[in-house]
Amino acid sequence: MTQKYRLDKEGYINRKKSISFKFNGKKYFGYHGDTLASALLANGIHLVGRSFKYHRPRGFIGSKEDEPNAKVQLYNGAKTEPNAVATEVELVEGLVAKSQNCWPSVSFDFGAINNFLSKFFPAGFYYKTFMWPKSFWHKIYEPIIRKAAGLGVAPLKPDPDRYEHKFEHCDVLVVGSGPSGLGSALAAAKNGARVILAEDKSKFGGSLLTDQVTIGNKTGKEWADETVEQLKSMPNVVIKNRSQVFGYYDHNMMVMFERTKDHIESPNKYTPRQKLWYIRAKEVLVSTGSIERPLIFGNNDRPGILLASAAKEYIKKYGVLVGKKPVIFTNNDSAYDAAIEFKKNGINPLVVDIRKNSEGTAVKEAKDLGVNIKFSHAVANTKGYLRVSSATVGKLNNDKSGYENLENIPCDCICVSGNWTPTVHLASQSGNKLKFDEIISAFIPNQSHQNETTIGSANGSFTLKKSLEDGFNKGFEVSNKLTKKNIKSDPPTSNEKSYDNYEKFWCMPLPENKKYKRCVDFQNDVYVSDIELAIREGFRSIEHVKRYTTLGMATDQGKTSNLNGLQLVSNIENKIVPEVGHTTFRPPYTPVTIGTIVGREVGKHYRPTRKSPMHSWHEKNNAVFVDAGLWLRPRYYKQGNETLQQAAKREGANVRKNVGICDVTSLGKIDIKGPDSAEFLNRVYTNAWMKLPVGKARYGVMLREDGIVFDDGTTTRISENHFHMTTTTAQAVNVLAHLEYYLQVVWPELDVNVLSTTEQWAGAAVAGPKSRELLKKLFPETDVSNEGFPFMGFKEENLFGIPARVFRISFSGELAYEINVESNHGIFMWEKIMNLGKSMGIQPYGTEALSTLRIEMGHVAGSEIDGRTIPSDLSLEGMLSKKKDFVGKRSLNREAFLNPNREKIVGVIPVDKKTMIPEGSHLVKDKNAALPNPKLGHISASCWSVEYNNPFSLAILKEGKKRIGEKLYALSPLKNKSIEVEVVSSHYVDPKGERVRS
Amino acid sequence: MLEIKCPYCGSRSQNEFSYGGDSNIKRPELGKEVSDKDWDNFIYLRKNPRGKHSELWHHVAGCRQWFKVLRDTSTHEIFKTAKLTEEL
Ligand SMILES: [Zn+2]
Repeated sequence: MTQKYRLDKEGYINRKKSISFKFNGKKYFGYHGDTLASALLANGIHLVGRSFKYHRPRGFIGSKEDEPNAKVQLYNGAKTEPNAVATEVELVEGLVAKSQNCWPSVSFDFGAINNFLSKFFPAGFYYKTFMWPKSFWHKIYEPIIRKAAGLGVAPLKPDPDRYEHKFEHCDVLVVGSGPSGLGSALAAAKNGARVILAEDKSKFGGSLLTDQVTIGNKTGKEWADETVEQLKSMPNVVIKNRSQVFGYYDHNMMVMFERTKDHIESPNKYTPRQKLWYIRAKEVLVSTGSIERPLIFGNNDRPGILLASAAKEYIKKYGVLVGKKPVIFTNNDSAYDAAIEFKKNGINPLVVDIRKNSEGTAVKEAKDLGVNIKFSHAVANTKGYLRVSSATVGKLNNDKSGYENLENIPCDCICVSGNWTPTVHLASQSGNKLKFDEIISAFIPNQSHQNETTIGSANGSFTLKKSLEDGFNKGFEVSNKLTKKNIKSDPPTSNEKSYDNYEKFWCMPLPENKKYKRCVDFQNDVYVSDIELAIREGFRSIEHVKRYTTLGMATDQGKTSNLNGLQLVSNIENKIVPEVGHTTFRPPYTPVTIGTIVGREVGKHYRPTRKSPMHSWHEKNNAVFVDAGLWLRPRYYKQGNETLQQAAKREGANVRKNVGICDVTSLGKIDIKGPDSAEFLNRVYTNAWMKLPVGKARYGVMLREDGIVFDDGTTTRISENHFHMTTTTAQAVNVLAHLEYYLQVVWPELDVNVLSTTEQWAGAAVAGPKSRELLKKLFPETDVSNEGFPFMGFKEENLFGIPARVFRISFSGELAYEINVESNHGIFMWEKIMNLGKSMGIQPYGTEALSTLRIEMGHVAGSEIDGRTIPSDLSLEGMLSKKKDFVGKRSLNREAFLNPNREKIVGVIPVDKKTMIPEGSHLVKDKNAALPNPKLGHISASCWSVEYNNPFSLAILKEGKKRIGEKLYALSPLKNKSIEVEVVSSHYVDPKGERVRS
Repeated sequence: MLEIKCPYCGSRSQNEFSYGGDSNIKRPELGKEVSDKDWDNFIYLRKNPRGKHSELWHHVAGCRQWFKVLRDTSTHEIFKTAKLTEEL
């Protein structure tokens, strides 16, 4: 167990609990409380990846979500996850991780040849190189780019984990639990507000976990722990760690993911891996803190070069030294904290400070501890390939354009600090137009556009005193807007170091005649020379520079690079930073696993499934189901080795010969009541409804206002002011909304109510020449003769003690009835019909046979009512009343709709009477005509006619019936078919409709 | 996701509602002569303002009532919602 860089003390880890894990195939040990990053560093490992474009060796830069380099692939197989940030991955027993973007290994990477060819890969390289010839794109360029650009590898198997979604509401959401976050949560909670406090790390406290400060008479850490305990005990507070608020959406909709499983050693089977929280907060307090800025110098991207704050955090939180020969390079006081921590743990750092001097207390303390400091100096370059081995340090000349002398100082790490950048992502996402703060040389939130308040160092106040004041004051203010309780808590006193000014200088000059690479964006591999090139080539807008160089476009969203990039552009352009502006921050703040966003809506939970009350019967009788919208409907009832077509033929033929039963529960049903019901139907349907007698049904067609056919169905007059409307399965929901719109918005004077009753009724269609005989058995008391129960008749009946509605309507074109009973009696009805129909040869039929029967009868359905056809296209002109106005009527006068050459419905049969014509085939005159072959129409629906035992299709064809008798070709390039066809009438079977009236 | 105050049910998330367009559009009266141009305006032409827009929303996963919303199309700010019988 060799953790050579682990200290004996310091850190919030459990040294008694050793944890083994694998990195790049090798076994290592860390401790409970480690992250993958801190455990690797404890083992002296800095090299974790290769850079994106040039495959330069890369190590850790940071210690938290800002980390641009340490992206790793976790685990294998279905559980694998790409692009995990090693600094955010908590160590658990058995963790397996490997480096990305390198082959065959991280220390020997073939792609590194790109580094030596780098003059061929400047900014805009992809745009310039892969432009021409166009034909190369698919086969040559794209595969090369994809292989070279591969960050992680997406899993190829379904995610085995479970993810949950959760919805919450609160008065105040506090994001981040540093001093301002804790303070504001406490102040708001004490003032009676319902508070949610979210912290993305495993431990609460933010900077208080690492900074040497006192609050009241306690250390910062003690105060944080105590405050957290206090908040946990309050019933109006929800406090969540491992919870990253990553998106700020409209109307204060905040989205957060909570890591609930990966850190647990042996989780329960059903523990969700992550939870996605949708939080609607009345007020949001953003206390997301700040991120340290790197400095830019020659070869500043070697493994071992990292942020000074990260070095301090690894010591204070994990008891890990990032090196034993550190150079600390800074333009401000905060880096001295790292120097002091090193010194206290027996390590002698060298501080290289750009400034001439500093009077800050940290600097004084470092001096008192005997830390070696070189003022007015800078790191110009570094050496070492897989790990930094020396820093080239020189005294800056007066205008900082070069160096007076240079010397090589051996080191094993360089800790850099270019001062701090407020984390303004959430504020910016909320619509807050940021402003540039000259004092800190960074953007801070300006005018809030939602109920958003940014506090603490996220708002640019970098002292503890200010952060605490900010937190307590704003926590009270925003909560008081809601609770009006006026319970104000005062911020505690605090003690911290004083800080002197920083130097506004980030990009070191190159020594004379040297062309060292100076990295700006570590994750996307963007260098100073790339930005210079973009400006030289005429890109001025920062948004263009960003896209041309890809600066800040990686998954870290430029957390460490954006401001340095802006600063460079402003220096080169001689503009001030606010003139250059900043690019837009977009959610998510950190990468989010797709599974978390999807939640439980996967597989069969993707959407609800609607089943008829007879579903279990269908299952028991070998039904093969088909999706019809949300409904599962029997497509056919399989017997033996039947194919779909064979079954449809058998079921359909039995309807034509004997009697069949079909589950029609999914048809939309709408109950319509009120004294103006008939008048209302008269307006929304194209035909006349005023004189429909009670106890009669009528077929109706509805149009949209633009004249296109919307839906069709039958509506029955149950009593004077009570109608029962049916719609197609597909349009049931839309028809109801359509009716509500006209009743509420357009004609509120009509006294009508509509209500969906689809789920209240179970429906069975009983169809075939023997259906009357069967009906007689079902309702022995009833006169079912053609005179006693004529076509389009309706009767309220009693099915062996159960109330039933019986309609004499037909979709199959045969003599047919539809029986409805309350849903809970559906199975009783179905079994009764099957039982009593046995002697007549009854068989159930599914949607495939149903389609066959309607197609050969020429009845239109969704494939013809396709949002493009008007009534006359579908031979429905007889349904249009000339006497009254109705929805959509005025549109039918449009010129295009009056054109007699429109595509209209016809029937089509293959000349060989054998070949099924694929639906969607195009109808053309000449099958060999030059492409694009002029299209005359298309096949909308096909079936094997059970009446004539040959294929038959419906088609929508130019000039429609005028072409009956013509020979055309049906082409389906997708199915590689070209079929000679003859145009016939769409009413292939029983054109006069005698059977339904028999 | 917007939060919309249904005048009947109170504040609910946007995914309970469906959008119904400009609330100032009036359907021409049934049975009255309408010129091609007026009909064309009614069917197809809508303003697409940046800023305040009065519109119809339908509380489909709630009370199923249509109502009016005054909303800023660029900021999504909702100034007011009202029943159809009320002024916005
Ligand atoms: Zn409502």
